Amino acid sequence: MTTTSAFDGVIEEFDPIIGLETHIELGTNSKMFCSCSAEFGGDPNTHVCPVCLGLPGSMPVVNRAAVESTIRMGLALNSSIASWCRFARKNYFYPDMPKDYQISQYDEPLCFNGYLDVTVVTDDGPQIFRVEIERVHMEEDTGKLTHGGGAGRIHGATHSLVDFNRAGIPLIEVVTKPITGTGRYAPEVAKAYVAELRDLMRALGVSDVRMEEGSLRCDVNVSLSREGEPWGTRTETKNVNSLRSVERAVRSEMLRQADQLRAGERIIQETRHFHEETGDTTSGRSKEEAEDYRYFPEPDLVPVAPSAEWIDQLRTTLPEVPSVRRARLRDSWGISDFEMQSLVNAGALDLIEATINAGVNEQAARKWWTGEFSRTAKERDCELEDLSVTPADILEVENLIASGDLTDKIARTVFEGVLAGEGSVTAVIDARGLKVVSDDAALLAAIEQALAEQPDVAEKIKSGKIQAAGAIVGAVMKSTKGQADAAKVRALLFEQLGVTE
Amino acid sequence: MSDASLNSDLVRQSAATLATAIARGEVSSEQVTQAHLDRITEVDGQVHAFLFVDPEASLARAREVDAQISSGVIASPLAGVPIALKDLLATRGVPTTCGSKILEGWIPPYNATIVERLEAAGVVSLGKTNMDEFAMGSSTENSGYGPTHNPWDLERIPGGSGGGSAAAIASFEAPLAIGTDTGGSIRQPAAVTGTVGVKPTYGGVSRYGIVALASSLDQAGPCARSVMDTALLHSVIAGHDPRDSTSINAPVPDVIAAAKSGDVRGMKIGVIKQLQGEGFQSGVISQFNASLEILAGLGAEIVEVSCDHFQYALGAYYLILPSEASSNLARFDGMRFGIRVGDDGQHSVEQVMSATREAGFGAEVKRRIMLGTYALSSGYYDAYYGQAQKIRTLITRDFEAAFAQVDVLVSPTAPTTAFKLGAKVDDPLAMYLNDIATIPVNLAGNCAMSLPAGLAPEDGLPVGFQIIAPAMADDRLYKVGSALEAALVDKWGGLLIDKVPSL
Repeated sequence: MTTTSAFDGVIEEFDPIIGLETHIELGTNSKMFCSCSAEFGGDPNTHVCPVCLGLPGSMPVVNRAAVESTIRMGLALNSSIASWCRFARKNYFYPDMPKDYQISQYDEPLCFNGYLDVTVVTDDGPQIFRVEIERVHMEEDTGKLTHGGGAGRIHGATHSLVDFNRAGIPLIEVVTKPITGTGRYAPEVAKAYVAELRDLMRALGVSDVRMEEGSLRCDVNVSLSREGEPWGTRTETKNVNSLRSVERAVRSEMLRQADQLRAGERIIQETRHFHEETGDTTSGRSKEEAEDYRYFPEPDLVPVAPSAEWIDQLRTTLPEVPSVRRARLRDSWGISDFEMQSLVNAGALDLIEATINAGVNEQAARKWWTGEFSRTAKERDCELEDLSVTPADILEVENLIASGDLTDKIARTVFEGVLAGEGSVTAVIDARGLKVVSDDAALLAAIEQALAEQPDVAEKIKSGKIQAAGAIVGAVMKSTKGQADAAKVRALLFEQLGVTE
Repeated sequence: MSDASLNSDLVRQSAATLATAIARGEVSSEQVTQAHLDRITEVDGQVHAFLFVDPEASLARAREVDAQISSGVIASPLAGVPIALKDLLATRGVPTTCGSKILEGWIPPYNATIVERLEAAGVVSLGKTNMDEFAMGSSTENSGYGPTHNPWDLERIPGGSGGGSAAAIASFEAPLAIGTDTGGSIRQPAAVTGTVGVKPTYGGVSRYGIVALASSLDQAGPCARSVMDTALLHSVIAGHDPRDSTSINAPVPDVIAAAKSGDVRGMKIGVIKQLQGEGFQSGVISQFNASLEILAGLGAEIVEVSCDHFQYALGAYYLILPSEASSNLARFDGMRFGIRVGDDGQHSVEQVMSATREAGFGAEVKRRIMLGTYALSSGYYDAYYGQAQKIRTLITRDFEAAFAQVDVLVSPTAPTTAFKLGAKVDDPLAMYLNDIATIPVNLAGNCAMSLPAGLAPEDGLPVGFQIIAPAMADDRLYKVGSALEAALVDKWGGLLIDKVPSL
């Protein structure tokens, strides 16, 4: 595979340094600075008020729940919490920005100096990489632009529509320190970090992180350097919005930069755009002529000064962190570190746990998610959680298997239908006529027919060659289109022939 | 009494007198409102204090208040009294321009907190008053809608930025007005029009719905012709507002009781050494000194206090204000409200924003946006904005040290009396110097009052006397102000404003 060998070549010659800035929408009821609903969607410009529309004279008021979520996130990331910090204005003109400045934090973030450990499967087994966190800060989201007539970008558009429902939704931005020493695993570490961050936010209940709705957005920084040389110039790939894309963006940027450096060209410090279709990045605007955001402390807001008592109290509300939870589940399920890491990498852990919690046994839960469903997700190039199958579906199917109404094999066909969007488990079973043929008379008739077609087999079985029964069972399964229970067919066959196993 | 004489009598009454008469049913709010509307019709062609008047809406509101009063509900000590609102306050359904062409046609969908409080108090709005564009100026000549004229001499400026509010009161078009004061925009117009104006403690009156000039300096406050009227209005508009994070959550000082007491015996009054002498007109100084003598005669102890860092106040102010303003005024980009220029399908959004701002903003606004943009720029921030904040801290400390020695500080409000229209339009620096005595208070966030000290002998124009008190000690302004006012009323046989030439 050319890609792999090209990547190996990059690693032989260069050392990557990566860094991630992740924006995540908090799951608060109201917006960051006003009482409008922060719910996703809604008819355009219905979740708006003078404050989030930036009308002249309006003023922001900080959402306490958002500060609380950010502090809890900071604590979970092992960060220090500022005893006093301010918001700052980031000034730039853009039509999706109601005030033409964004209220953010600049040199006084609420949380700073933390870390997050992530596990990546390496050639030497699962390995922990410590990602150091520079800061976690609060800010507000912008409105959403839709560009008409043109390439969907503002340039070349004939008109643009703006929806301010998203304007003012609380965001937290988590910024890593430069991540060094990841070598060939840089893409996987980047992906594992974002996945871990997502899981942590979900575990904390501060956001449900709906990636398909764009509630988590990543900016990926990459630079390469040769051994003994100072760090290379970095590029920043903006708006990488899925786990898989994070991995691909790091990889493709490493490959591109290596090509450039080998050709004796220099890397330009710039922002780049990621393209989902190709996995490539293309040049955006150059940072060397970057905008000056003219940050200054937001004079409309008083400083945020969380008391030590409040922070201590929030510390007691922290749930089990994902790494501890994984260790617990690994032990409870009796699987290896490696197996656990595969489940995590496949994005199956939460789903399996939910399936078990729904009442399915551990093995069956793991089997479905890592087998059938993982294959489908891979084929469709999507995440497991995006599939249209739920833990309740699995429980329903497992119950039908237990009662003898479905076989494993038929169950797979049922899920094939569910995954294809043909409806619920019951709907698929009904529509496709998928039930075990348990009518003894029908099965006996099929057995008789099979025996008649293969007259020598009955004698072989009677003479003790029981393995010959397979031919009859196979024929019956075929004639019933797989909807018979093979074990039952076998038992009936022996009964018919008066043979005991 | 004919209708005409009743009207002319009503417009010359104090707000307190009007409110009492309305509450007693001696006159209706509708009659009082009509009298002021008639006065506006009569004189505003000369004064140009108002940008917007909606007589029908004002009268309708007055009738509502009358109905309330006749049912026995008196919403406040100012119920039924009319008021003029500086056009910087968001008023639902009523055009709000901030004196700028860029907001022409904008009708806010919401009310400023002050407007809500006034409505709840049964105060009746007469309309919106003229101002320097976005409150940037000291003469109201920077209005996008033409200047306001000083009722004392129509050739002269009424001060600024709240020249419209001050002139409306001084010309008896309204008994009360709301102003905003970022560097003196309530006090300096009060001084040059012979009226009273107070900049309350920062955070004392909600800023929600007041279009921001410089958020850390802006403060709305009351304007009237007497200290008592000012106190009544102050108590209606002040108080905590959860929609303004910088609003102080504490009881409002009892300014009405203070205005009633008028007793300065045993009080220590500090004269600020740095705010007299060079640059101050001789008649301003003489009237200021005469007022000091009166206060001494009433039993106050007068001492001189040095505020060493005040000399840097103007410089610091003209970095902090433009910095905040450059950001506050960014939203006027033609995208969502106000005018839009160049949207012909041929120009990009950036070009439309730029053309809108080019056409919509006046020269002073552009000047300050450029100053502020520069001062906040990467590489210059520390040298300009950062240093200015340090000066601000030093000025605050000067005040703290001074208030450790004295109860209030005093100075002339403005260095000169009203100058001629056009005299300083080409010299921004000379214009900025008008606010030399008022700016330190905004930087420190404490409170101050300007009230008439008399007429300068050389030009017969009003001189303002400034009283400054610590943060949340607004009541001291009224105590000293009412004492001085009472003594002057005795001396003059009435308020200074009674001497204003008839229009």
